[in-house]
Amino acid sequence: MKVVNILVSSFRALLRNKMRSFLTMLGIIIGVGAVIAMLAIGQGAEYSVKEQISALGTNVLIIFPGTQQQGGVRVSAGSATTLTENDAQAIMNECPAVRYISPGTRAGGQIIAGNLNWATGIEGTGADYLTIRQWPIAYGDFYTEQDVKGATKVCVLGKTVADNLFPDGTLVGQNIRIRNVPFKVIGVLSKKGQDPMGHDQDDTILAPYTTVKKRLTWYPYLRQILVSAASVADIPVAQNQISELLRMRHKIARYDQDDFSIRNQADIVATATATTKILTILLASIASVSLLVGGIGIMNIMLVSVTERTREIGIRMSVGARSKDILAQFLVEALVLSLLGGFIGIAFGIIASTLISDLAKWPSIVTAFSIILSFGFSIAVGIFFGFYPARKAAMLNPIDALRYE
Amino acid sequence: MDASLSTIPPPDGLLIRVEHLTKVYKLGDFEVHALRGISVEVKQGEFLAIMGASGSGKSTFMNILGCLDIPSKGNYFLEDVDVSRLSRDELARIRNTKIGFVFQGFNLLSRTSAIENVELPLLYCSTSNKVRHQKAISALERVGLGDRIHHYPNQLSGGQQQRVSLARALVNDPKIVLADEPTGNLDSRTSIEVIGIFQQLNRHGITIILVTHNPEIAQFANRHVNFRDGKIKSDQINPNPKSAVEVLKNLPPENPEDEL
Repeated sequence: MKVVNILVSSFRALLRNKMRSFLTMLGIIIGVGAVIAMLAIGQGAEYSVKEQISALGTNVLIIFPGTQQQGGVRVSAGSATTLTENDAQAIMNECPAVRYISPGTRAGGQIIAGNLNWATGIEGTGADYLTIRQWPIAYGDFYTEQDVKGATKVCVLGKTVADNLFPDGTLVGQNIRIRNVPFKVIGVLSKKGQDPMGHDQDDTILAPYTTVKKRLTWYPYLRQILVSAASVADIPVAQNQISELLRMRHKIARYDQDDFSIRNQADIVATATATTKILTILLASIASVSLLVGGIGIMNIMLVSVTERTREIGIRMSVGARSKDILAQFLVEALVLSLLGGFIGIAFGIIASTLISDLAKWPSIVTAFSIILSFGFSIAVGIFFGFYPARKAAMLNPIDALRYE
Repeated sequence: MDASLSTIPPPDGLLIRVEHLTKVYKLGDFEVHALRGISVEVKQGEFLAIMGASGSGKSTFMNILGCLDIPSKGNYFLEDVDVSRLSRDELARIRNTKIGFVFQGFNLLSRTSAIENVELPLLYCSTSNKVRHQKAISALERVGLGDRIHHYPNQLSGGQQQRVSLARALVNDPKIVLADEPTGNLDSRTSIEVIGIFQQLNRHGITIILVTHNPEIAQFANRHVNFRDGKIKSDQINPNPKSAVEVLKNLPPENPEDEL
């Protein structure tokens, strides 16, 4: 029997029982739709986590001082007094894979502006800090290399701090007092939102690290050095160069541990996206259960159909249909159901994921991969669950089928 | 008439040779012997009536002749091919090209128009859509239903439905038409009309084998084979078969069965 003829007769058979065909397809529609929507939500979550993390800046490496060791007793990480301004300078000069560098220190305290006050952390940074973190200034200016060198008492406010200290908005040129040291506000950062751990990144004040060191902490060492590699591919190169340089500068013997640690952005992204990948897989596997149930629905209906149409099968066999003709006919019917259901399901899934992302303010991404996957899945379901009933029909004895009442 | 029907049968063309055919059904623990050694020969162009009480094995014999069933023992040669040794697919091919079936219950596909029912056998052999359509129309014309090709079975009377199934049996130019109680569901006048078509086909060389338990219907055949308890009780030539055309002429006029 020709393919066209098989298709025509399958469509006719399905149209004869429109309601039943539709209900059977509904199982596949919901299954495929759910898989697409769940994958879209999962991938949306993955995307937004990645986005949040890369908001820290891309190609970023953070160098922390290592643990302090005094006669076998280790103190918490970052407390070692090993990172110096000279280290930072050396990294800038001697590591070609490094593009920008920003030495950092930190202080905290009460900030007073007029009759308002606010408690927050003061981040001492280099002039390239915002370039590394890809964080634009909302208005005003950022301090320059000159300010850093001269340890000028200038600062830039995060959005949250600005909103709390200067509710009326005019603040560039105003003075604030940080632990009684007057600082001049020269700019406000654009809103950055929360970091992946939920900290408000806008609740901060940036000031030249030299000023923070000299006026607020009197702590001669660096708390961290922020570095950006020339490109994503240069991240491991930069990491190696920095590591070698610092080991040499700190005179660390070959088999001794580093007295510093380098964390790279890619590792953080990988850890965070691993979590959301699990979420995606979990959602998709729940959804594929409904696809499976839809497939069982197809098998059920095809079995009913074979029983109902036993006489038809007998008639077809009596006029010369071979087993494979009957097999093809019923298999194609199952496939048409699952493919049609798959098509509608994809449309349904795309609509559903758009709706969900609109309502829940959650990004959803429908990828070509998820469409191909669920489409392939529905073909597989059609073949898998259609084969048994089709084979049952094809294996009927012509005379038994003809006599069936 | 169609050119394919005017072929003249070879004088001694042996179409069917059946030797010691037995068929045993297993029903649970005990066996039912439906056929107990049937041997018979049928020449091309014969009009055979198979008679016998129900349970005599005539339908089983018919199903084996039609390649719908396979014998337990014995041989069945159709045009010198030992059909009893063929595979399922090969049997399907023979049903498709050499045999036409007419059943008591018509066995038409419901919700499928007359012409599509008639086209059905041609779907299972490579025929172009155009040729298939033409063959189906000419087969329907041959049985006098040229004006009803797009009617559905439920829009046709019993006699017309049986003619559709006859057209379906004829469409692939078979060697034999096997009819199992073709008039069983029809009134007597319609029965004779249908038998008339069989006689007409037979005159054009198609071998007809007809199962009936109505002796009047058997009068139209030119050979009678009687079955009893799975064996052939008698096999005799009917020297003066009735002509359906003649009988119809002598019947009192009636409302044409076309009026529903």
